[in-house]
Amino acid sequence: MTEPMVRAEQVHKRFGRLAVLKGVSLTVMPGEVTCVIGPSGSGKSTFLRCVNHLEKIDAGRLSVDGQLVGYRQEGDKLYELREREVARNRAEIGMVFQHFNLFGHMTALQNVCAAPVQVLGIARQEAREHGIELLRRVGLEDKRDAYPSQLSGGQQQRVAIARALAMRPKLMLFDEPTSALDPELVGDVLAVMRGLAESGMTMIVVTHEMGFAREVADTVVFMDGGVIVEAGTPSELLANPREARTRDFLGKVL
Amino acid sequence: MLLLVAVSIDSIVSNPRFEWDVVGDYLFDDRILDGLVLTLELTVAAMAAGIVLGVLLAVMRLSPNPLVAGASGFYIWLFRGTPVLVQLLFWNFIAALYPEISIGVPFGGPEFFSIQANSAITPFVAALLGLGLNEGAYMAEIVRAGILSVDEGQHQAAHSLGMSRLQTMRRIVLPQAMRVIIPPTGNETISMLKTTSLVSVIATAELLYAAQLIYAENYRTIPLLIVASIWYLALTTVLTIGQYYLERHFGRGSARELPLTPWQRFTRIVVPRHAEPATEPEASGR
Ligand SMILES: Nc1ncnc2c1ncn2[C@@H]1O[C@H](COP(=O)(O)OP(=O)(O)OP(=O)(O)O)[C@@H](O)[C@H]1O
Ligand SMILES: [Mg+2]
Repeated sequence: MTEPMVRAEQVHKRFGRLAVLKGVSLTVMPGEVTCVIGPSGSGKSTFLRCVNHLEKIDAGRLSVDGQLVGYRQEGDKLYELREREVARNRAEIGMVFQHFNLFGHMTALQNVCAAPVQVLGIARQEAREHGIELLRRVGLEDKRDAYPSQLSGGQQQRVAIARALAMRPKLMLFDEPTSALDPELVGDVLAVMRGLAESGMTMIVVTHEMGFAREVADTVVFMDGGVIVEAGTPSELLANPREARTRDFLGKVL
Repeated sequence: MLLLVAVSIDSIVSNPRFEWDVVGDYLFDDRILDGLVLTLELTVAAMAAGIVLGVLLAVMRLSPNPLVAGASGFYIWLFRGTPVLVQLLFWNFIAALYPEISIGVPFGGPEFFSIQANSAITPFVAALLGLGLNEGAYMAEIVRAGILSVDEGQHQAAHSLGMSRLQTMRRIVLPQAMRVIIPPTGNETISMLKTTSLVSVIATAELLYAAQLIYAENYRTIPLLIVASIWYLALTTVLTIGQYYLERHFGRGSARELPLTPWQRFTRIVVPRHAEPATEPEASGR
């Protein structure tokens, strides 16, 4: 039996007195695409950030590719990882943000090459060649010397995807990658993501694009109030939701 | 308005008490030029120390470790809260406080290195310590403001790519903070250039002190002060131009296209870049 890529068991997370995640359990197998939907403030971004070691969880267990997030287990004791180890784990997980967050002082190609050179220690020339190939893959080969401010939102987001792929991640996280885009630019970004899914990448995608979820996702998860209310295949969950809360939400967005 | 300007220029030029001929005599006097070099050295060295210290203190101040952040806060409080003149005098008289400076294991451990304070803390070293350490406190606040001006998303993106906190600072945040840091730093440099004149109180022969030494001999006070002022103005002008080009350099990526430099604008007007298209049909028939 293959190990799951992501296994979350009863994950809790609070900010001060505000409990944001109240026992999230989710399993994502390698090569699977999981779409997460849910109302604003339900904890979707927080969950993704936990998976990427950007937040520490307060209770429960969360492991990626068989490794605990933020902790090392020896016997039945847990040891908190040091910053360097956390960074190494993060380097294997790609993340794409709603607002792209491209490095403003670097060209498209420099954005893609920066981390492979500095974090993985790959030779500049090799990183450059890989970077150009990735920019070609997202259809932006001719924009390699453009700065982010000279690119449209859709182009920036595609560069951001190439930047994450440059680390050869085993898992890709997308946090509402198309929510900040003009409607006519959404298609290009979704096409790149669809291609990525077809190539066998394991993905967790927080999105409001129900069309994308229906066509690409293996599993759709509905989150509300810090818990997963319902999970299932797209046809089950989107067409015949069991829970009233899911039906309510889908009624609003569809 | 123009008349007023003309009248004041006339009074400055024609008033014999300005003694413009004396100004001319001393403008390139060796002692003045030596003072000028020392002023430049002090400015560059103190600013360099201030910038390095400032970056260090700013990064410390933003550290999640309260002890580290607190140490930086204390330093800034201490050095910003006392006049730089007092600090200069203090460093100058440090020999009275610690006649011997030694580096070794404290509380009676072995001594690695020991030196008479009077010979180590020359007036130049005292000046550098006073100016540099004080500047560090001001630069820390400038750098901190620059770091805070960079969007939080940049930190997150860098972290998600596996960069450590220091890598993120050095490669991603500080380069983008430069746009905010440079204008006030230019200001600080120009201000430092002039603050070095305070060092004359601890008998360091920088530009102003050199001028003072000369007029103490010949009583040509006003012309020598004018000589010093001319040099301060000249250096400030050079610094201002340097700042302009630095800002352009670090502004890349923030605007869609860089604005032209004044020189580029000038050459575009004087020498059109492209060959003129065929001229309009001649109107000679009229
Ligand atoms: N760093 C933080 N400190 C304090 N509260 C936070 C922090 N991050 C998130 N929260 C709170 O946690 C809750 C869940 O936030 P989260 O961003 O995970 O929601 P979301 O499902 O992604 O919503 P959206 O669809 O609006 O992006 C919100 O109430 C938010 O205010
Ligand atoms: Mg969110």
